[in-house]
Amino acid sequence: MALLSRITSILTLLEGPQTLGRGRRFWAGFALVVAAASAYPLFADGYDVGNNVYFFNWIFMALGLCLIWGYGGSLSFGQTAFFGIAGYAYGVLTINLGDAYGLTLLALVAAVLISAVCAAILGYFLFFGRISGVFLGIVTLSVTLVMERFISQTAGPEWHIGTARLNGFNGMGAMPSLTIPWPGGPIVLFPDVALYYATLVLLILVYLGLRVLVNSRFGNVIVAIRENPQRAEMLGYDVRKYQLGTFIIGSSLAGLSGVLYTSWGNYITPASMGMTAASLPIVWVAVGGRSDLTTTLFGTLLVLIGFQALTIYGSQYALVVMGALLVLTVLVAPRGIVASAVSLASKRWTRKKAQSGEVS
Amino acid sequence: MPILETRALNKWFGGLHVTGGVDFALETGEMHCLIGPNGAGKSTFFRLILGEHLPTSGQILYNSHDITLTKSYERIRHGISVKFQVPGIFKALNVAQNIQIALQHHVAPAELDHEIDLLLNFLNLKPVARQLAGNLSHGQKQWLEIGMAVGLKPKLLLLDEPTAGMTPDETFATGEMLQALNREGVTVLAVEHDMAFVRQIAHRVTVLHLGKIFAQGTIDEIVANEQVAAIYLGEAHAQ
Repeated sequence: MALLSRITSILTLLEGPQTLGRGRRFWAGFALVVAAASAYPLFADGYDVGNNVYFFNWIFMALGLCLIWGYGGSLSFGQTAFFGIAGYAYGVLTINLGDAYGLTLLALVAAVLISAVCAAILGYFLFFGRISGVFLGIVTLSVTLVMERFISQTAGPEWHIGTARLNGFNGMGAMPSLTIPWPGGPIVLFPDVALYYATLVLLILVYLGLRVLVNSRFGNVIVAIRENPQRAEMLGYDVRKYQLGTFIIGSSLAGLSGVLYTSWGNYITPASMGMTAASLPIVWVAVGGRSDLTTTLFGTLLVLIGFQALTIYGSQYALVVMGALLVLTVLVAPRGIVASAVSLASKRWTRKKAQSGEVS
Repeated sequence: MPILETRALNKWFGGLHVTGGVDFALETGEMHCLIGPNGAGKSTFFRLILGEHLPTSGQILYNSHDITLTKSYERIRHGISVKFQVPGIFKALNVAQNIQIALQHHVAPAELDHEIDLLLNFLNLKPVARQLAGNLSHGQKQWLEIGMAVGLKPKLLLLDEPTAGMTPDETFATGEMLQALNREGVTVLAVEHDMAFVRQIAHRVTVLHLGKIFAQGTIDEIVANEQVAAIYLGEAHAQ
C-alpha cells in the first residue's frame, strides 16, 4: 500500500510547473507520438530504421545539457568530453571482455559510471571552487579539447589497454554491438529494428524520468539556483551540492549517448570530442528551447535531421547553417525556436477559444 | 542570554576598514534596529553575520556557539533567516513555488500544500499564487520575500531595509506582522532608515558609524543624542 502511494506520488510529478504539457490533451499527444514512433519500422526499410537510430543516440546528451544548462543555469561545453570518455570506455571494455554473457550490457553500465565519476571529479573542482558563468564554459570546453588532443596522439602501438588499441586520430573500431543474452540465442543489437526499439524505450524512460526529476523537490531547487543562487543558499540549500548533482546526471546522459553511438557504429574517433562536436549540442538545445525537456527533445531531433539533410551538400555548409541558426535563435527567439512556436500557438489557441466563447 | 554576539569583529577590504572591532550583543526575543548613514558598514555587518563575507578577525557567536567560519546555508539551517534589501525572489517561478522552495526542506510532503496555503493567506498573496513572482508589484515582492524568510521558522530574523519602497500603510502592516512574529519568540534585527518604522518596532537601536558602534539605546535616547543627529548631517565626520 505504501509502495503504491509512493508510485502514485512519483507519477504526479510527470507534470508540473517545470515542464510544458499537462492534462489529457498532452498525454494523448504523447501516446500518439510514441505510437507513431513505434509503428515507423513497420513501414520503413530495416536499413533505414537502423540508420535513424543515430538521431535518437544524440538526444540523451541534449536532454542532459538541457538539465545542466536550461534548468540549472550552468553552460557546459563538456558534454562531448563525457560522450567520448564513455564511448572509449565501452570500446576498451567490450574489446577486452567480449560480448558473451551480457557483458556488453555490463560494459554499458560501467562506461556510463566511468563518465559519471569523471563528471563528479571535474564538477567538484568547478562548483566547490565557485566557478560559474562564462568561466564554467571556458573550463569545460578546455577539458573537452584536452581530451580530444590526448586521444588524437595515441596512434602508436604502445597506446593500448589490454587488447584494445586506442588508435589515435584514426579512431577506435571493431568493438562489439550491445548484445542481450537470450535463451534462444543472444540478440545482437545491430543498427536494425531491434536496436531501434531498444533505444526508443530507453529514450522514453529517460524523458519521463527527467520530467519527474525536474518537477521534484530537487528540480525546484536547481531551478531556484538558476534564478537566484544567493537566495537559494539563504534558504538553507548547499548550492554547490545541487549544482554538482545536476552536472553528474546531465554528464552521465552524455556518457549514455557515447556508449549508444559507439555500439551503433562500432566506431568512435577523437573528433567526436573536438571543437565542432562540442558546440553542436549547444545549438540543438538553444534552438529547441533549453528550459524545457520536450522542446529540447523535438528541437534536437529537428536540427539533427536538418543537419543530416544539409550534409548531403557538404558538411561545411551544414555547419555554417548551424551557426546561422544559433545566431538567429539568440536574436529572434532567445527562449528557443520550438519553445517560442509552442507559446505562440497556445496564445493563438486561447484567443481563438475566447473569441468563439464570446460569439456563442 | 544573547542569541547573537560579535566580539571584536573586524573586516578589511584591502586598505578599507569597513567593520572596526564591533562588540555587539543581541538579546533573545529582542527587536533591534541598526541605523547609520550611508557607508556606515551596516550591510557588511549583515553579510558577516550571514557568512557571505568572512571577518578579517574577531568572533561571531550564535546561541553561544562559534559560527565565525560556518557556511551560510548551515547558519540558515540553525535558525537564522534573512530578507535582503533588493527583493531576492525567484522571478521565473510562480509565487506558490517560491514559498514551496522555502518550506520544502522542513515541512513533511503531506502537509506542504496546506502550509503553503496558510502562508499565502498570511501574506495576502493567495489571489496571485499562480502568477510569476517577477510580475508582482514591488510591495508584493517584498512581502513574498518576507514570507520566504519567515517560512523557514527562524529563531533570528535579519531584515535589510524591509520596508524600502513601501507605502506608509504597507510599512505599518509590515511592522505589525513583525511584532506578531516577535510575540511568537522570533528575535528580529533590522537595518532601517524609516524612523517611524524604527519607533514602531524597536526595543533597542544601535547606530553604526564608520564601521564602529557609535551609540546604543532606546529610540528616544538615540533621537535625543545630538551627536547622532550630527553624523546624519555629516558634522561629526568633519570634526
